[in-house]
Amino acid sequence: MIWLAILGMGLITFGLRLSFLALSGRLAAPDWLTRALRFVPVAVLTALVVPAIIYREGVLSLSLSNERLIAGLLAAIVAWRTRSVLATLAVGMGGVWLLQALAR
Amino acid sequence: MKLFLLGFRASLPMLLGILPFGLITGATAVATGLSAGQAIAMAAIVFAGASQLAGLQLIAGGAPLFVIYLTTLFINLRFVMYSAALAPHLRHEAIGMKALVAYLLTDQAFAFSLHYYATTSEPKHKTWFYLGVAVAMWLTWMLANIMGVLLGARIPPGWSLDFAIPLTFMALLLPVVRDRPTVLAALVAAVVAVLGHSWPLNMGLIVAALAGIAAGTVAEGLKR
Repeated sequence: MIWLAILGMGLITFGLRLSFLALSGRLAAPDWLTRALRFVPVAVLTALVVPAIIYREGVLSLSLSNERLIAGLLAAIVAWRTRSVLATLAVGMGGVWLLQALAR
Repeated sequence: MKLFLLGFRASLPMLLGILPFGLITGATAVATGLSAGQAIAMAAIVFAGASQLAGLQLIAGGAPLFVIYLTTLFINLRFVMYSAALAPHLRHEAIGMKALVAYLLTDQAFAFSLHYYATTSEPKHKTWFYLGVAVAMWLTWMLANIMGVLLGARIPPGWSLDFAIPLTFMALLLPVVRDRPTVLAALVAAVVAVLGHSWPLNMGLIVAALAGIAAGTVAEGLKR
């Protein structure tokens, strides 16, 4: 199952990367595709991030006791201001560890 | 060779930013239950950080294969755009070289090379510069993933390492949410993803992505 996931993901990714290169510039990407593609990362990443932060063990949790929500919001501000993966990880992980320690 | 080294050197400052991303990806793979071999194979075969992390999140949640594949397709669709932009510059190459270029294609290799291509018209130089950047990226990514795998095996579950996945996505996501259409795309995707969280087969994720893309595209169309 894990090997199938890895191989399939690799094949799909390679196919996307090779697509237009294999066509040797005989065909350009259509305009509508380029426009829609701009929104793909935004939409997919948001759809992955938001539920991961506001659901706790499968239950919607919009309270201060949800450590991941609080640390996640702090990290979001850092990501927005600094655009740095490292700073976002530091604040988010540091925040969650601190809140978990305080809750004990 | 000179051009290869030029590309290699040009990419060095950015490699520091890749290291933590690769470390987290390798460590998360092991924490998700992949063997060390599977984790390193994933880095080598998929060689695309955001989709590796998304795949791991889905594997951990027990998602079916086709959802993992669809999500990979969505996250990596941008490579089609890069492929189209690079193609005219590398059309002189044989298919074997094109396959190598394709395998090594990343956001960084694409961005650095197109920037450099504005300054040269020598086709062979273009290929070698690209390979310089891309190979530097590949070596860094593999090294960081391997280090992450070695570290990840020692990190106890109480450290909430899986939380690093959404955090990394945030750092990739928030800088590109800059204008009204992208904000709308993010909001719509967020609302649908939350509503569809318990839909079967992780379809909430797929529908949320499609809804977000549609909202952004329509909003941009209205602006004109």
